Amino acid sequence: MLAFIIKRTINAIFVMLSVTFLAFIIFQFVGDPVRQMLNEQATQAQRDALRDKLGLNDPFLVQFGKFVGNAVQGDFGVSFRNQQDVMTMIADRFPATFELVLVATFISIVVGMPLGVLTAIRRRSWYAESLQFVSIIGISLPSFVVGIGLILVFSVWLGWFPAFGRGDTVDIGWWSTGLLTSSGRMALFLPALSLSLFQITLVMRLVRAEMLEVLRADFIKFARARGIPARVVHFRHALRNTLMPVVTMTAMQFGGLIAFALVTETVFQWPGMGLLFIQAVTFVDVPIMAAYLCVVAFIFVFLNAVVDMTYAIIDPRLRGSEQ
Amino acid sequence: MANLEHRKPAAQPTRLQRFFDGDLWWSFKSHKAAVGAAIVLLVLIVTAFLAPVLSPQNPYDLSSLELWNAELPPVWIEGGRLPFLLGTDVQGRDIVSGILYGTRISIIIGIASVAVSLVVGILFGLIAGYFGGWVDNLLMRIGDVLLSIPIILVAILVSSIAQAFLPPHLREAGVAAVLVLSIAMYSWVQYARVVRAQTMVERRKEYVMASKLVGTPARRLMLKHILPNTMTPIFVTATLNFGLAILIEATLSFLGVGMPPNQPSLGTLIRIGNQYLFSGSWWIVLFPSLQLCLLVVAVNMLGDWLRDALNPKLR
Amino acid sequence: MISVKNLGRTTMAGALSAAMLSGPAFAEEVTWGAARDIFSMDPYSYGSSYTISFLNHVYEGLVRYNEDLEIEPALAVSWEITSPTTWRFELREDVTYHNGNPFTADDVIASLERVSAESSPLKGNLPAYKSATKVDDYTLDIELTGTYPLLLNDLTNIHIFDKEWLVEHNAEMPTDVAAGVEGHATFNANGTGPFKFVSRTPDVETILEVNEGWWDDPQHNITRIEFRPITSAATRVSALLSGEIDFTEAVPVQDIPRLESAANVDVLERTDLRTVMLGMNRRPELTNGEENPMNDLRVRQAMQMAINKDLIRDKVMRGKSRNAGTLVAPSIPGYDEALDAPIETNVEKAKALLEEAGYGDGFEFTFVCANADYVSEEQICQAIASMWSRIGLNPQLDIGPSAKQTPKQSNGEADVYTLGWATLPMLDTYSILAQVLHSKEGNFGVFNWGGWTNDKIDELTKAASVEMDREKRLAMETEALKVAREQIIMIPLHQQPMAWAAASDFEDFPQFPDNKPRFWYVTR
Repeated sequence: MLAFIIKRTINAIFVMLSVTFLAFIIFQFVGDPVRQMLNEQATQAQRDALRDKLGLNDPFLVQFGKFVGNAVQGDFGVSFRNQQDVMTMIADRFPATFELVLVATFISIVVGMPLGVLTAIRRRSWYAESLQFVSIIGISLPSFVVGIGLILVFSVWLGWFPAFGRGDTVDIGWWSTGLLTSSGRMALFLPALSLSLFQITLVMRLVRAEMLEVLRADFIKFARARGIPARVVHFRHALRNTLMPVVTMTAMQFGGLIAFALVTETVFQWPGMGLLFIQAVTFVDVPIMAAYLCVVAFIFVFLNAVVDMTYAIIDPRLRGSEQ
Repeated sequence: MANLEHRKPAAQPTRLQRFFDGDLWWSFKSHKAAVGAAIVLLVLIVTAFLAPVLSPQNPYDLSSLELWNAELPPVWIEGGRLPFLLGTDVQGRDIVSGILYGTRISIIIGIASVAVSLVVGILFGLIAGYFGGWVDNLLMRIGDVLLSIPIILVAILVSSIAQAFLPPHLREAGVAAVLVLSIAMYSWVQYARVVRAQTMVERRKEYVMASKLVGTPARRLMLKHILPNTMTPIFVTATLNFGLAILIEATLSFLGVGMPPNQPSLGTLIRIGNQYLFSGSWWIVLFPSLQLCLLVVAVNMLGDWLRDALNPKLR
Repeated sequence: MISVKNLGRTTMAGALSAAMLSGPAFAEEVTWGAARDIFSMDPYSYGSSYTISFLNHVYEGLVRYNEDLEIEPALAVSWEITSPTTWRFELREDVTYHNGNPFTADDVIASLERVSAESSPLKGNLPAYKSATKVDDYTLDIELTGTYPLLLNDLTNIHIFDKEWLVEHNAEMPTDVAAGVEGHATFNANGTGPFKFVSRTPDVETILEVNEGWWDDPQHNITRIEFRPITSAATRVSALLSGEIDFTEAVPVQDIPRLESAANVDVLERTDLRTVMLGMNRRPELTNGEENPMNDLRVRQAMQMAINKDLIRDKVMRGKSRNAGTLVAPSIPGYDEALDAPIETNVEKAKALLEEAGYGDGFEFTFVCANADYVSEEQICQAIASMWSRIGLNPQLDIGPSAKQTPKQSNGEADVYTLGWATLPMLDTYSILAQVLHSKEGNFGVFNWGGWTNDKIDELTKAASVEMDREKRLAMETEALKVAREQIIMIPLHQQPMAWAAASDFEDFPQFPDNKPRFWYVTR
């Protein structure tokens, strides 16, 4: 057990190191920082001095070592464009993205689970069939098209929800939340919905598949044979067994969702990390690009490792004997 | 010879016949959505590749764009006129032509990125599985790292970086290639994993051991065994990845790091049209959006059916 | 309808009080939906006139432009030229900074030193400055490097910092990006202007509050400005329609009719001072290494003749732009109507000229544009590329975000490029002569990205730079513009339209031709 955890941790660290290396490569080769930091009148001597100061003349490995050392301490330098500490900027935007992804995940579970159950237990009915059909459309619609459509209908035509931004936020310590004000909640609705659409269909399909699998299992057949009502069989026995995979998938998708939120954030001008990143891409603000990459990969790798370890701890065979 | 040819089909049905008699075809025929999706996809692909013949205008030929014809509405609305069936955009680009050529780009980028990732994935999978050891470790760890960064990030980073490095005269031609690479960069891992697993199984089989003892490597023979066994999962993954690739390309173009406005893909057309959402020229954004949705839905519908059909457990 | 007026970040207590007071009570608050963010709160950290104009709400110069864009006293009350190279300024007394410190001559000297520092990206905005000496607390002398007629114009945009505050926060020099630390002035501000700095989150919001202790009699009744960058034009327009923002200084031309028809929004339109033009590579070789045909006047004539400006005005700019024949707008001193005569559009003649120059089969060149530096820039460039391809040329269009395109344009990696010039903040033809048309040499020709040299223009520019007689100086400038038109140094396109939109409950919202919103003139 311990050996597995150690192995998994080393693996995660290795992956993070590689991602950091990738970020470092970007740092090195995309746009010479010197060219961007000095204006065009700067002389060659000024450029050389700056190169020296920034340590750009050090050997490659030394530079990488420094970069990793700083990255571990959360120091990615100063944004070229805003001249602000990059990690502070990302930390400022993190709550916005986190709340968006959290609410989208919540919506996807609340909507996706019942739909999945429904399509599983009534799988020959017309509505289950059509839901299956609709779910394919759900994973196929580009999220930016969905976002534009939502803005057009609910903000411009109906005027029910704001089209951009986060509304009022309240600071609790360093965390700024939009969940405590009505304007914040209103502003959150459309982006969260548009981000959750893909996730809803994933949850629904997963629950359906798992339910179908479980319903075929022997213990369900016995339960039925004992005359336990169908509702109890479906919800107490079958659904409970689908929870684990759903939680697992949700946890593993969370990191991906944080990254994918950048599309939603662009469409809704949501002031999160993704918007920061996209703006950094258009301004070639390399420190932000590198830092964002590392942060998102870290969340992704961390969640995956935790899920794997949790799985190892909750031995699947134990679950088997419980049933 | 003639005799043989005459006799052969009777005794041993051709591949095509076997296919039509098989379960897959039967399942396909009975699945209305799959048939519908296949027909739609076929129409989209054929029209896209016949774009130069079908469309009234070549939207990539700058001299064919006439500003006089800018922002004409679709023909059924007052002010619209032929040959601009669905109207024109602000450059006087015919929407139908733009969509047909844009779909063609989207499909080509989709197919090319799937093809590249297939080739790379199968090759790396075979190498990793056959040689094992540090080669295997290296390739699979690279795969792990790639999969630990969300695809959209990989694609944005790779394409924005690579575009910055393209020399000016290659910029127009190079963008599509860069997009293909940035999408393929991610998806080869899935194929590699499948092929690697199968190769490792195969490597332990007796005939391989035997031929190794004799001293003639059984590589060719192995290939014959490995590839058919991995065909099914690879085919399903490839279909679904084709849909994903089209979506990713469209998203990148929409974000402004994909195809440029003078060689628009569907995503670029939507990005351009989005600027005219409130000005009343809704047709500039609506029709490319519909086309994109139709294309991806059709591909995914087919992929979904295929996955279910080839994996009886799920039915 | 929901009302999302108060979008600011508030504390817990602030949220509660805002909830109690919510409703139309905050009529004097303004939410400004801007097309882009400012770079910094430090006006000297970036040579961006947009940033400087926003910061003008917080910081002020010794002199300023009034509502008619004439120079009037601000922190200085009067000035005189005591020797050809010395200007004496009398400063305003009883002015205090937002932190309560008094304003004195030391502050002016510290500010002038700071903006002229070696590491200052803005030092080109005060080219003639040599040194400044304090006479008494409210009098100082500014020493120039030579005779220079345009000092006051330059000083309108040199914001005055508080010396004590700079020293206290170790910010006497502009932020040094290489040092890898944030500068205090980047995220804090302490000026004398009509508004005080409250808070800033880059790309999200910057909040200003009225300065009750402003030295001037306020003409405005705005109590709070929330500056929120919304880069997507479509989002900006929908936010305006739904009342989430009260004002934007960048309405896309295609959305003007939609906003005009909305009951809660007023559109303010006029022609900008900014002239959009095309520059051409004039080095011996094109970027692809071929011989450069654009050094042949006939080729440049053909390229100019192929562009149908009427069509661009009517279709791309929706009739809102003003075609230009010369490189400055009519209200800029040095402008001459005769030079602004329309340039003939003639495709056949253009082809003939190319043929004559030996390029009948056309040639390939790169055409580098940004996508949003100027109004509808992306569409203009596409349209022009299409017009050029019709006379047989083969432009390779390269459009992208300006952070990627500007380095290409300024480093000679573009054969044709776009440039907009409004002569700001100087508001004089000399600005374009010195910075764009003059050959690259010291402080001159910084924006001469095509690398051309025209001796006649160089000579006239240098003569104008020391000519103290306004009429004579303007005549020289006009003469230089004439050479530029004859030689087609650059191809003028149009003065671009400028469209602001504001909620219809503003009483007075003056719009300035330099496209800078000035909220100290706004009432609601």
